[in-house]
Amino acid sequence: MPATPETIIAVRDVVNRFGTQTVHDGVSFDVHAGEVFGIVGGSGSGKSVLLKTMLGLRRPDQGTVELEGRDITRMSDSELRDVKRRYGVTFQHGALFTSLTVTENIILPMVESLDLEEATLQSLAELRLRMVGLPVEAGAKFPAQLSGGMIKRAALARALALDPVLLFLDEPTAGLDPIAATAFDDLVLYLRRTLGLTVVMVTHDLDTLARTCDRVAVLVDRKVIVDTLDGIVRNEHPWIREYFHGARGRVIGHGDGGSAHGT
Amino acid sequence: MPSPAEFHAQVDAGDGNLRLAGDCRTTDLGALEASLREWARAGARSIDLSSAGRFDIGPAWILKRVFADAVTAPQIQGPLPSHFTYLDELLHGAAAQTPAAPSAERDATALVRMGRALETRGESWYEALTYGGKLITTAGTAWTSWKRLRIPSIVRHAYETGYQAVPVVAVIAFLISVISAYIGAQQLRPYGGEIFTVDIVAIGVLRELGVLLTAIMVAGRTGSAYAAELGVMKLNDEVDALESMGINPYEVLVLPRVLGLVIALPLLTIVADFMGLLGGAMLTRYLIDLPWPQFFTRLDEAIGPTTFWAGLVKAPVFGMLIGLTGTLRGLQVRDSSRELGRLTTVAVVQSIFLVIFADAMFAIFFLEIDF
Repeated sequence: MPATPETIIAVRDVVNRFGTQTVHDGVSFDVHAGEVFGIVGGSGSGKSVLLKTMLGLRRPDQGTVELEGRDITRMSDSELRDVKRRYGVTFQHGALFTSLTVTENIILPMVESLDLEEATLQSLAELRLRMVGLPVEAGAKFPAQLSGGMIKRAALARALALDPVLLFLDEPTAGLDPIAATAFDDLVLYLRRTLGLTVVMVTHDLDTLARTCDRVAVLVDRKVIVDTLDGIVRNEHPWIREYFHGARGRVIGHGDGGSAHGT
Repeated sequence: MPSPAEFHAQVDAGDGNLRLAGDCRTTDLGALEASLREWARAGARSIDLSSAGRFDIGPAWILKRVFADAVTAPQIQGPLPSHFTYLDELLHGAAAQTPAAPSAERDATALVRMGRALETRGESWYEALTYGGKLITTAGTAWTSWKRLRIPSIVRHAYETGYQAVPVVAVIAFLISVISAYIGAQQLRPYGGEIFTVDIVAIGVLRELGVLLTAIMVAGRTGSAYAAELGVMKLNDEVDALESMGINPYEVLVLPRVLGLVIALPLLTIVADFMGLLGGAMLTRYLIDLPWPQFFTRLDEAIGPTTFWAGLVKAPVFGMLIGLTGTLRGLQVRDSSRELGRLTTVAVVQSIFLVIFADAMFAIFFLEIDF
């Protein structure tokens, strides 16, 4: 990793409120280009709200979010639309359109923003399927005919359709068996390595966190603590101790915690 | 990252050369595609990439595909896009997949297609029959106890499909009787038989129009609601969840809905009949100056003892048809949101069809038994 990492997302003093309830109270952190950045936090700690703020789907009550040096909180809708083409998103349950085949799902963002021939679109869909390791035959299937792991991959293929520089993954391995989850982690790392993608993922999967993330942001007490996983694990905050050293946290304690730097 | 240079493509039609310059982003795919097409027409002999910058993976793939598909490989000047190694890995690496075999689906002959359509039709009838069977057994056991009959649920559905539909049904019945009274009076005037307008309105509304229009309204209103409600529950796995708890979905979802409608539709029909006669009375008073007392005297002479009942007995049957169709189609929803829309439409169309068909059967039957 370079000595002075390039910042791709800069979140500055973000405050998010719902009525009288404050979810984020002055959250600031940077995401560096080319890293895998994990976001963890308890239920209701505002992970989804933070993700939506970073995606420009929600304007924060205070503070700014800069994507590649441009403040997305003060943009017009048309500028924001251009920014949105720079990133791809996968949602927790895939959010594939159930009435479209996998290929049609992948083609959709291209049809909306580019003027291309059908054959070219089909060819590009095949590329995305290959990129996420799905058999080409899977393209003709409907989402309901796919397994959970294939749905996550198909969703990733759709997120990659416009060659994003930035990938947002919401719970990418939730609901997958350990083998499929590991394979998905490897895929994310492979795409990061070969395409130089920056990946921001919200996850509760400690294995995924340990295997893939270079740095981790923990949402506690309406603030955020950012560090490498090793640093976070040693943090003395009671919630963080409970999270990483609780009954399910033993994976990290076994010494292979910092193995995330796979590049 | 170097500042992105504008993408530029130039085709030399004379010697079949394509020159690409600048960074080729995914947004430049349209321009790339157009220039490649032009290049192919010009013979596609050579390509100059020496001043080309970074390629996104999408454009790189398109370019690679064109090189691979070319009959005679074009001469390439300059460095290949850096993603070509990655794409090679994708195509020929350990994870490479065999391309899809051409599907046989498209070659199906007309006969095969007809057979398949017949099969689906058959399955659909079979499904409806099974559905009816399951419902009858469920109904059989449901009568045995108050708890299993789910009275509160039935009352709720009767309220939603009946009481809440009163305004619209009342207005429609009123308007329809106004229309028939108007036309009747006009046609009968040359013969001096305006008084028979009362007969037309009374018999028309009581025997046919009241119940039929109410049923059609309810089919559109409630048939679609039933199908959509159950369809969404099916998509959310709620029906499976019920079954996993040992609760019979037919007992808690279908039967109360159907019974609610069987109760509500006759009541709505009475409302429609009343409003229809009221409309007729008002119109005859206005059109042929028939005072209200005389309208009712004439009404008494016009209708037989069975006229009112000939309309009303059809209502529960129509209610059952609408309820069954709506719930059946709802439970047939599978997998996708499009299915939900399709089957909701089917539910409405089929229940209206069934109502009208059943009405025709009733008409013949009543004629035969002189009811």
